Amino acid sequence: MTKNRLRRFKDQFASRVTRALTVFAAALILLIGLALLIRAQPLLDITPLGKLLTSSDWHPLRGEFGFLPFILGTLWVTTLAMVLAVPPCLLCAIYLAEYAPRRLRDTIKPLIDLLAGIPSVVYGLWGTLMVVPVIRGTITPWVGKHLGFTSLLATDNPSGYGVLAGGVVLAVMVFPVIISVTEEVIRAVPDGLREAALALGATRWQMVKGVVLRRSLPGVIAAVVLGFSRAFGETMAVMMVVGNIPQIPRSVFDAAYPLPALIANNYGEMMSIPLYDAALLTAALVLLLLVLAFTFAARIVLLQAVRRVA
Amino acid sequence: MSKHLEERIFVGLMIASTIVVLGSLVLILATVVMKGLPALNLKMLTQVPKGGYYLGKEGGILNAITGSLALAGGATILSYVFSLAVVLYLHFFAQDSRFVYLVRLSLDVLWGVPSIVYGAFGFTLLLLLGLRASMLGGIVALALLELPILVRAMDEVISMVPLELKEASYALGATRLETALRTVVRQTVPGLLTASLLAFGRGIGDAASVLFTAGYTDRMPTSLLRPVASLPLAVFFQLGTPVPEVQERAYASALVLTIIILIISLIARLLTRRLTRHVIH
Amino acid sequence: MSEPLIQIRGLSVTYGDRQAVRDVSVDIPARQITAIIGPSGCGKTTLLRSISRLIELVAGVRVWGQVIFQGQNIYDPHVDVTEIRRRIGLLAQRPFPLPMSIYENVAYGPRLHERYNRETLDAIVEKQLRAAGLWDEVKDRLHTSASALSVGQQQRLCLARGLAVEPEVLLCDEATSALDPISAQRIEGRLLELKADYGIVLVTHVLRQARRLADYVVFMYMGELIEHGPADQVFRNPQEVKTRAYLEGEFY
Repeated sequence: MTKNRLRRFKDQFASRVTRALTVFAAALILLIGLALLIRAQPLLDITPLGKLLTSSDWHPLRGEFGFLPFILGTLWVTTLAMVLAVPPCLLCAIYLAEYAPRRLRDTIKPLIDLLAGIPSVVYGLWGTLMVVPVIRGTITPWVGKHLGFTSLLATDNPSGYGVLAGGVVLAVMVFPVIISVTEEVIRAVPDGLREAALALGATRWQMVKGVVLRRSLPGVIAAVVLGFSRAFGETMAVMMVVGNIPQIPRSVFDAAYPLPALIANNYGEMMSIPLYDAALLTAALVLLLLVLAFTFAARIVLLQAVRRVA
Repeated sequence: MSKHLEERIFVGLMIASTIVVLGSLVLILATVVMKGLPALNLKMLTQVPKGGYYLGKEGGILNAITGSLALAGGATILSYVFSLAVVLYLHFFAQDSRFVYLVRLSLDVLWGVPSIVYGAFGFTLLLLLGLRASMLGGIVALALLELPILVRAMDEVISMVPLELKEASYALGATRLETALRTVVRQTVPGLLTASLLAFGRGIGDAASVLFTAGYTDRMPTSLLRPVASLPLAVFFQLGTPVPEVQERAYASALVLTIIILIISLIARLLTRRLTRHVIH
Repeated sequence: MSEPLIQIRGLSVTYGDRQAVRDVSVDIPARQITAIIGPSGCGKTTLLRSISRLIELVAGVRVWGQVIFQGQNIYDPHVDVTEIRRRIGLLAQRPFPLPMSIYENVAYGPRLHERYNRETLDAIVEKQLRAAGLWDEVKDRLHTSASALSVGQQQRLCLARGLAVEPEVLLCDEATSALDPISAQRIEGRLLELKADYGIVLVTHVLRQARRLADYVVFMYMGELIEHGPADQVFRNPQEVKTRAYLEGEFY
């Protein structure tokens, strides 16, 4: 084969191979969903999805699989994490984007990235060694004494392992995501707008509040949704501090049992109890679908934001 | 309220928030170091668990250290091959822009999938193939986890290559493949390397995906078809025992894991800085 | 006139809905320097890049018509585009050395197309660097990075690189506009020497340069071919009103 023919052949070959691999990579999400669906089928054939999602009866040995406590548990922990994380993250991001001198920002950002690199188990370890004892030893007694009148803060569970611990650990875990996306979105606001506001005599803060934040609101919302999505699927760290009791939490001090923790804790018994594997894989499927929904939501919000700026 | 007062209050809050964020980093690292350092010794790093290890007797976590390196290493290599293929296709061979959009969208979605779902999927695959939890299973699950991360990072790196560079190569009569490999990839080696390190760091720290798929063992990694130990699981299991000595070993294991990840981040950062000096424009 | 080097027939190029070149037909003569001139946005760069099918790298571009080179229409789907591009080289406006050493920049093209041994490659590199007028300045540092050269040197390197694949035609897209006057002069000198062996088609917005270098002139305006002919004729006695107006500096 002449050199030229060989070159053309290699080029065509590379084109075909890379296309095949790309199609495969693009189809992965469907493959994963399908695989989970197929294995969840035995359970879904017996109990409709609606009943599974709204029932609280979790008795695997009797074949009853109500996911509600786990779904609510996940929501409690994730929502608390967002409530705890969003205000400081927004403030920190605004500070980095608008106020911090360049060198300070260049020093701080890598440190925040470092936070993102710390593995889940290490967060969980920190949770058991620092967060849970503080909750158990200091916060629970204090709240019990002074604020125990609201059921939200009822301190029936003194162990420290519960929604609050999970929320705190999860909040720190999503710090990097929310901060970096928000900071980027804020930096993307054109300088012309900033100048216009400042030229009218606004203080830096007024300019940020009135102009920059208003403009970057969709992006900020997307960042929060993204953070929520990450927190939702987080497994190890939360599992180590949240108590893992299959109940619907009534107070932030109650223990909970989020969906990912359910799957992770019980995979060992999966094959020994009938339908247990289908149940756990249904849980995984539900998790996947929810995370997909959030990702799409964030994307749509971001698309709207881009359209407005353009 | 005076406009300046409001500003001062908020800036104060901002700085406080930043301190909280950085402070948590400090707290976490401090906890890991302070608890882990006392229990860290040469034996921990050079031995595998011997009989009675989980009751407090002799041994170390060498099985988990090598296991983690093997898992993350294998996964990163596997994932790198796929990612490179995808990115090269998107940037050099693709014709249909709608397909390109769909591919990017689907990989974006994949990026947000929690690692436990990859573990569950890996588990169903293993069942389907009649295999047990093994290094191969762990590598595949981790590779799936790392794929969207790698593709996104590589995509960004290759997008930054100016069109004129590609044009210069094409103008000399190069094919798409030749331009891709001899010119563009050559230009982006530092970025691609950093992307791999990023993915490796993410993979080595993950527990949820290897939980179902890689199993656990006290032995050193020997075969692809046997279960393999990993550092995150080592931390988790050792922490779960009631024996205080073993719990301390969990702290040491966590410290080892954290140090490995910090070293990787540092190398990635240094690489980017050093190698970008010789690249054109 | 002898056999034309390139025959352009009915060439039209659109980017999306914008028509950049409209139904251009012209013969490019061999062994001469042809200058494509016209005000900015008239389509001269698009026309130039259509000659070696480099225009296809732009997203959303569509090309109609024919460009006939060595007896075949280069836009024919069966044609090997990499071979066309080897035979019709390009010197771009901004010098873009490849991310490698000076030696490897020049050797890049030849290595693609043929299997050469080390000695032959060395000879090729030296010959082309001499032809580009760069040899004496870099002969002691052939294996250092090309990015360390000055802009003028980089452009000469790009010239050497382009000549190394032994093209038959050289396209120059405003090749001296990014250079200082001395480097520009050197490149122009090279082009004058090279025209005997290659056909050169250059695009320039500097009329003085066209007057200095061109043997044949093609004048474009708003994507259309207005006038073309031997340089003497077009510059001294333009037939079209627009040509005359442009030459007298009424618009640029």
